[in-house]
Amino acid sequence: MSTNLRTDARLSDPDGFYEALIGLHQDLSESQSQQVNARLILLLSNQIGDCAVLREAMQLARAGVLST
Amino acid sequence: MDTDYQTLQFAYRRSPDQDAAQPPLHPVVVVGAGPVGLATAIDLAQHGVPVVLLDDDCTLSTGSRAICFAKRTLEIFDRLGCGQRMVDKGVSWNVGRVYFHQRQLYAFDLLPEADHARPAFINLQQYYVEGYLAERAIQLNAIALRWRNRVTGIAPQGDHVELTVETPEGPYSLHARYCVVADGSRSPLRKLMGLEARGRTFKDRFLIADVKMRAGFPSERWFWFDPPFHPNQSVLLHRQPDDVWRIDFQLGWDADPELEKQPERVIPRVRAVLGADAEFDLQWVSVYTFSCQRMARFRHGRVLFAGDAAHGVSPFGARGANSGVQDADNLAWKLRFVLQHQADDSLLDSYASEREYAADENILNSTRSTDFITPKTPVSRVFRDAVLGLAENCEFARRLVNSGRLSLPAVLRESPLNTPDTDIFEGALVPGAPCVDAPCVDGARVDAQAVGAQTWLLTVLRGPGFSGLWLIDAADASQGLTSAQCAALAALREGAGKVLSVVLVLPADATEAMRVQVCERARQYGGAAIDVLIDSRGLIAQRYDGRPGSFYLVRPDQHLCARWRQLVVAQVRQALLRACGGAVQAGEVATDAATHDAQHPFQAGVKP
Repeated sequence: MSTNLRTDARLSDPDGFYEALIGLHQDLSESQSQQVNARLILLLSNQIGDCAVLREAMQLARAGVLST
Repeated sequence: MDTDYQTLQFAYRRSPDQDAAQPPLHPVVVVGAGPVGLATAIDLAQHGVPVVLLDDDCTLSTGSRAICFAKRTLEIFDRLGCGQRMVDKGVSWNVGRVYFHQRQLYAFDLLPEADHARPAFINLQQYYVEGYLAERAIQLNAIALRWRNRVTGIAPQGDHVELTVETPEGPYSLHARYCVVADGSRSPLRKLMGLEARGRTFKDRFLIADVKMRAGFPSERWFWFDPPFHPNQSVLLHRQPDDVWRIDFQLGWDADPELEKQPERVIPRVRAVLGADAEFDLQWVSVYTFSCQRMARFRHGRVLFAGDAAHGVSPFGARGANSGVQDADNLAWKLRFVLQHQADDSLLDSYASEREYAADENILNSTRSTDFITPKTPVSRVFRDAVLGLAENCEFARRLVNSGRLSLPAVLRESPLNTPDTDIFEGALVPGAPCVDAPCVDGARVDAQAVGAQTWLLTVLRGPGFSGLWLIDAADASQGLTSAQCAALAALREGAGKVLSVVLVLPADATEAMRVQVCERARQYGGAAIDVLIDSRGLIAQRYDGRPGSFYLVRPDQHLCARWRQLVVAQVRQALLRACGGAVQAGEVATDAATHDAQHPFQAGVKP
């Protein structure tokens, strides 16, 4: 398995980040929230740039949902 | 026979004040004999300030209520003379586990570093905490503890506060120079003064069940998100003394609080957690909601609000009683310094600003925990469950899981009492932070075989005033301190001896001859006001980023307020003035010194 994707703790202020993430969705409808999430993923993907890393993240995200 | 603190009643006694022709004037009246009021009164009384402590009831806390008492609170209780009793009775714990569905996501250790006198937390029912504090208060002659004395009127005047007190034998009046209000979250006195606490009330209900049973669970904090035995909600399990277990069930906003308190509803819930065969008795059941709120200001002239009266948080994080005791710790020395003419009244403004800052930090942490535990919208629920789903395998996601960020003392970084660093120090300990503990040896109690008297740094940094922690070089110690060091000690004693005691720290490799010589010098220059410690494991130097010569100025509440790589007496004097709320211009003394009879501690000149 590739080890390009980093899952160690890198966020400098995890609680502050999470609060901002939830706050981002304040007063949005469910479909609006989905739009915001999709746009955010696209923006962050572009920021990451490395397609190998992104594929790895996609796999990990999907595998976790299928197993539950 | 053991005292039953749950049923203990304290007798109302008539006080001479009730027969006084004129309302007597007391330095301090504290309203509310809960943990916060008791801690405030004990701290003041231990250092010579008489206190009248009023309580509208005659019993201790009903039900166990607060149960988690943090390391910092225990260190404060140590100084109040009852820390050991609490630790002996309490259940010590450092480890927590977090579960999602039926799987453990991770475990955490709140005190990963060894060599601290106190554990990260003890669990102890609030009635024990209050009972031990009350018994300590009763030992102190300077405390007049008056049960069934209910304040019905408060009228701030220019130089005092007038209180009207209702008793079983009718009302009487009292005057106080300062009034500390610690009468709980519903604070009748806050209402009497037309003030309020504002904030957010959370739309969720929680059920507390304290059950007595013999069980094999370890002394740890277990938190479940969405477990199979309580679907879609959270559950928290904690062990208390006397084989009592606290189980906290999230119920949701639609739950009927009266119905959920019924044993026929509670018992099946408990059984679902503990297993079908578990034998237990319900000790206490309560359904609660909570708010995160605070008063805009904790100081209103001569009236100072503390504990739940001033601020409220959710229970996740154990930040209620712990932060209240820290309020008491912050306030008591400042009141004492003001009443004993060692600081201007304006020092009390820093009580308000420091503890309002701490309350905001507690409210922020508590609100974030609550928002994680109780997602408010479908999308926040999706994110919450995504975090939990990733947490088992991804370290970064574990950092996002929030089942309560457990109480840590506030680092008062922005305090006006701090002297900003001018030298470079590494590490988490910064001016404004509470001092960290470290094992050491009491140099004065080392016996002839050089077997040290083991002690703890926080045991020695105990005031009553400020402490100056000074790391001595082995080369200097070999001469029994240099003449420059002796001159500095003499100058400190002369300039600030009333409010500052010095703690000399020798390195682990100091020889017996050095120890003897330094102790001799210490006796010569400081008398009882100088302690000598041996940093036997090098942990003081490590935890304080200390080098030979480093000097740390520590407040009576054990918060660091200034530090330097080299001791310069004039800088210490200025830092002391600043830490007492005074002006900081060179050579200036606190402006009200001349108006008092007592000699101001900084009036004496300092020899160069």
